[in-house]
Amino acid sequence: METIQIRLENLTKIFQQKGKEETVAVKDLDITIPAGKLIGLLGPSGCGKSTTLYMISGLLRPTTGKIYFGDNEVTNIPPENRGIGLVFQNYALYPHMTVRQNIMFPLENLKFPKEEALNRAQKYADLVGIGHLMDRKPKQLSGGQQQRVAIARALVKEPRVLLLDEPLSNLDARLRLQTREEIKRIQRETGITTIFVTHDQEEAMSISDEIVVMKDGVQQQKGEPQKVYDKPNNMFVAKFLGNPPINLFEGRVSDGEVLVGEMKFGTSKGKAQEVMVGVRPEGFKRVKQGGFEVHVEFVETIGRDTTLIIRNPLDETKTFRAIIDADERVEADSKVRLSVKPNKMFLFDKESGELV
Amino acid sequence: MLEQKHNIKAWIYLLPALVLLVVFTFYPIVNAFILVFMEGYRYIDGTWTGWTLTGNIRYVLNSQLFWDAMRNTLVIVFVSVPISVIISLFIAVWLNSIKRLQGTFQTIFFLPYVTNSIAIGMAFAVIFNRDFGLFNLILGLFSIDPINWVGTGASWGRAMTALMVFIVWNGLAFKIIVFLSGLQSIDKQYYDAARIDSASKRRVFLKITVPLLSPMIAFITITSFIGAFKEYTAVVGMFGENLNPGGGGRNMMITIVGLVYESLGQVYPGATSEAAAAAIILFFMTLLLTLFNMYISKKRVHY
Repeated sequence: METIQIRLENLTKIFQQKGKEETVAVKDLDITIPAGKLIGLLGPSGCGKSTTLYMISGLLRPTTGKIYFGDNEVTNIPPENRGIGLVFQNYALYPHMTVRQNIMFPLENLKFPKEEALNRAQKYADLVGIGHLMDRKPKQLSGGQQQRVAIARALVKEPRVLLLDEPLSNLDARLRLQTREEIKRIQRETGITTIFVTHDQEEAMSISDEIVVMKDGVQQQKGEPQKVYDKPNNMFVAKFLGNPPINLFEGRVSDGEVLVGEMKFGTSKGKAQEVMVGVRPEGFKRVKQGGFEVHVEFVETIGRDTTLIIRNPLDETKTFRAIIDADERVEADSKVRLSVKPNKMFLFDKESGELV
Repeated sequence: MLEQKHNIKAWIYLLPALVLLVVFTFYPIVNAFILVFMEGYRYIDGTWTGWTLTGNIRYVLNSQLFWDAMRNTLVIVFVSVPISVIISLFIAVWLNSIKRLQGTFQTIFFLPYVTNSIAIGMAFAVIFNRDFGLFNLILGLFSIDPINWVGTGASWGRAMTALMVFIVWNGLAFKIIVFLSGLQSIDKQYYDAARIDSASKRRVFLKITVPLLSPMIAFITITSFIGAFKEYTAVVGMFGENLNPGGGGRNMMITIVGLVYESLGQVYPGATSEAAAAAIILFFMTLLLTLFNMYISKKRVHY
């Protein structure tokens, strides 16, 4: 299978409904998706990620901007001629056809000889692990099995690009874990350039080669998941990635020190100003001396992690979280000293949310 | 105990409908079956002279008028129903695919449904008039001489053609509305998926639209067949009570229900039983075809 890179150039989609204001779903999107990679489009609902996916598929036409598959512009090419496979959120399996007929449908449309179509359908059904269910109707399958049929149907014509719209959202938690590994495996085996859309940051982080974080139709950050996690561009990305979420404090920079209330979180070379200080729960460290003293309200120990739920000294009604080593023993309703790991602290502009 | 109570309640709720059904439907059906076996029944005084097993049926089967009625009815059933189902399906698909003026067209296509058949029939009789009808006027544009469709002395073939056009047109409205609502309930994602799968328009129609619409198609086909077996008003509307082009007494366009009605109007002894016999024959024909339809739809319909 040939692999191609996908390039989006100033892609914008504006929805205009009669008598209503226009909605900018996607704004000036410039993304290059490298050939043979698995890319996750990530963002909260309404951020334009599905719209972007449907524009790449050709089912939606961009208002302005261009889409390239390899060197060819495909902006005005209808979906049937783009050579893509698309897995819909609800799978959209034809209910009146068997699994075999569903998978063979694209091949029949492309006028494949019957024998070859049968063989190929079987090959891809086996690849996704549903080769023994070929005579069933979609209704007789579980959600996970239906999802695999949908993937097989998308792959069977050996498209240049595979698009997945929230592929795991209809599955239960266990199946979700299993299926996301499956998607990764299938993508590796076929080497096909794959884009998938999700609102679940953990899902995107776990299987993507790169993630694109979007908000209100605008790209926020793109890169390898861990890098985006470690170096968020702005407060939105920092908040969106990570579970439990990042702790945010109102703080200030003065005399090269980062202060939250009276607590010294670290140092900064930036100018003196009010800032939002972001620290991931695992960015705290327990120390014997130095750092600052906090009041621990509860302690949750889950497996290898101990999470401290700590009263926020700036606001008595709020708490924040710190994850420390499970070996450390901390009692609830006690005082501990913490410090912040220097590379785990982010300073954001109070107004714009951009990294300072 | 609980269930029994519920049962009694259910029967009470059903009672008004049941009483009406028993009086006006079940009793007449049973009565019709009894009438078939009566000899020389006179409905004026309710007397009859004896019993016969097949006498009335044989009498009906031996009458030329019955076979005329049978021929006309079968033509109406097997020609008009398939044509109108197919045409309405295409119109519904077309209506569903247009964006502009969809509401306007829906209204136009639904208007015949709220118009009286007899009135429409009379309008069609004018449309098919030899000398000033719209139909011949249009044919005239193609230099075709005026054809006597429905006037005195019109041939059976021409009269039947005109009748078919009317019946098909008259039946479109309801079918289109049912198909349209069926089409609108089909998930749009199937069509998106089909586009991604590079399906041609023809294949989308045959492989996706028709199968997903098949419950509606089966419903419409079965009810239309039943309706066509009972056709009578269309003939009256177009050809008048004499059921003959240009009036006169030949009953050329008679249908089986027309025959039943005709026989009921006669006062000689046994006429009512003949009507009953024709009705029973019609009943079994309808039943057979419906059973056949259901058998086919079990295999072909995807619920």
